[in-house]
Amino acid sequence: MENVKNPDAVNEVSEPAENTLQKTMHERDIKKISKKQKVMRFIVQFLLYAFLTVIAISVLFPFYWMLISSLKTLTEYNQTVPTLWPKQFAWSNYATAFTGDLDLGRLFLNTCIVGVVSTLLSLVVTVLAAFAFARLDFKGKNALFAALLATMMIPGELFTITNYITVSTFGWLNTFTVLIVPFLVSVFYIYLLRQNFLQIPNELYLAAKVDGTSDLKYLWKVMIPLSAPTLVTITILKMMGAWNSYIWPRLVANDAAHKLVTVGLRGASFVDLATNMTNYPAQMAAVMIVTIPLLLVFIFFRKYIMRGVSRSGLKG
Amino acid sequence: MDQKKNQWKAWLYLLPTIVLLLIFTVWPIFNTIRMSLLKNYDSARELGGMTFEFGFSNFTAVAQYSGFLTCLGNTMLLTVITVPISTMLALIIAVALNSIKWLKKVFQTIFFLPYVTNSIAIGMVFMTMFQMIGDAPNYSSIGIINTIIEAFGGTRINWVNAGSNYWANMGVLIIYIVWNALPFKILVLLGGLQGVNKQYYDAAKVDGASRLRIFWRVTVPLLSPMIAYVVITGFIGGFKEYSSVVGIFNENMGPVGAPRSLNTMVGFIYDNINTNQGRASAAALILFAIIFAVTMINLYVSKKRVHY
Repeated sequence: MENVKNPDAVNEVSEPAENTLQKTMHERDIKKISKKQKVMRFIVQFLLYAFLTVIAISVLFPFYWMLISSLKTLTEYNQTVPTLWPKQFAWSNYATAFTGDLDLGRLFLNTCIVGVVSTLLSLVVTVLAAFAFARLDFKGKNALFAALLATMMIPGELFTITNYITVSTFGWLNTFTVLIVPFLVSVFYIYLLRQNFLQIPNELYLAAKVDGTSDLKYLWKVMIPLSAPTLVTITILKMMGAWNSYIWPRLVANDAAHKLVTVGLRGASFVDLATNMTNYPAQMAAVMIVTIPLLLVFIFFRKYIMRGVSRSGLKG
Repeated sequence: MDQKKNQWKAWLYLLPTIVLLLIFTVWPIFNTIRMSLLKNYDSARELGGMTFEFGFSNFTAVAQYSGFLTCLGNTMLLTVITVPISTMLALIIAVALNSIKWLKKVFQTIFFLPYVTNSIAIGMVFMTMFQMIGDAPNYSSIGIINTIIEAFGGTRINWVNAGSNYWANMGVLIIYIVWNALPFKILVLLGGLQGVNKQYYDAAKVDGASRLRIFWRVTVPLLSPMIAYVVITGFIGGFKEYSSVVGIFNENMGPVGAPRSLNTMVGFIYDNINTNQGRASAAALILFAIIFAVTMINLYVSKKRVHY
């Protein structure tokens, strides 16, 4: 009966033998191919690493050059063939950077004042606006939000000319106010935080309302702690912005009492009084001092910086 | 009742934002258009009671002014050259990064470093790398880049010193801008690659497609939204280029003996901000128009080309 049901059953006896033969041949082929593939794979991987290493060296070279130039004596720096490692370490360049016509201590202080105050105020303004857009209902909310987003398309230079006139009429030139107030509102930060606030379930808000919690208390106790990562991102980007800003501070606050670090760095001449030549090693020492805090922040807050950056597409 | 209370409360929360935006964003939009239409407008003279002729004379003056045309040319050139180079390079680097396991994090961190730097400060470093020290032709030092070039049998180039060639200057700027633009592009493209479903690659491999074919036929189309994004932001950033030039060539915006030869659109606006605000406004509006047009073209092209 079974034979009838399965006419091929007769052949089944011989088939396994044939199958194993085919299988081993097949396996051998695969082994051969996979060996070839392995070699190819190795070559490709090797080329990939070689390529990435070359790029990495090109990326790192300016940092290396900045470091060793900052430690060379002026004589060694001016040599015919540049040396790849300082013969003697001239740490005095760093002292010169602080004492020369570049008053780095003062520049740091100014930059820190502007950075801290503008970050704090900006956080308050951003949190309040983001809360209104995320949680409160009012007429024209969506239209207003769309209008805000539309302003992001306009290049900042379009505003600068009028803002320069405005702050001049306000009598704000050469004050800290002029460095802080015009940039307190960032539509991008409001957008970023609003998106974060929207992810917090509305039920929490309604429950808090039923319990009689005020909006501000809810904002402070629930919303802010829950969106701490975004707030950290905003803080870092804002601080880095103060550290790196050049165009606006150069325009409106170019006096010693309010000058920011980048403006001071670019403006200083670094002339060596003995030789009347530009003291590039001292300049590179100053550049090092300006760069190191940024690299430290990057090392400790990598995740936050990359998160903010990938969404903004704007430097600083 | 509660609804009404909520209404004014919301506006209260928004008050600081709206006030600041009205003063520093909305008013400037209108005022810039107004200033651009008043011949040689100057705010100080306007306060003194002076009136200005209405019309498009600022725009025609700017368009005929050779200083402006230099800025426009430089800006266009820098953008058109650096955006494709940095995008292509970033794409290759991102694909390479995505196909390795060992040391991936280390490479990723290194490639991101240029982003967290001060573009003026590092511009100064690039300048010292290309610069020759001393007076021509007896330079006491020819700089590290020229030393490397000569080590490979090339001839030294006067990159940034007095009497240097325009294209040598441009070369330095292009290298620096690409170096500076890579991190953001790599970050975005690598993020996109990591989100790509592995099945597409498996399918392509089963079909026996070559690596190059996979790159052009699978990777690029799947990444097209991210590529469009970095190209658009690249163009916007390129047209606003300014601080890279200041970093390398100082506020002279050019080598010694040829000041302003490498000035950009943004540089032109700042040059005129104190002396001729009408002209500066006209230039700012032209810059906005260019950025707007290029963004629209990019969006239009990517709508046709972006696969999704």
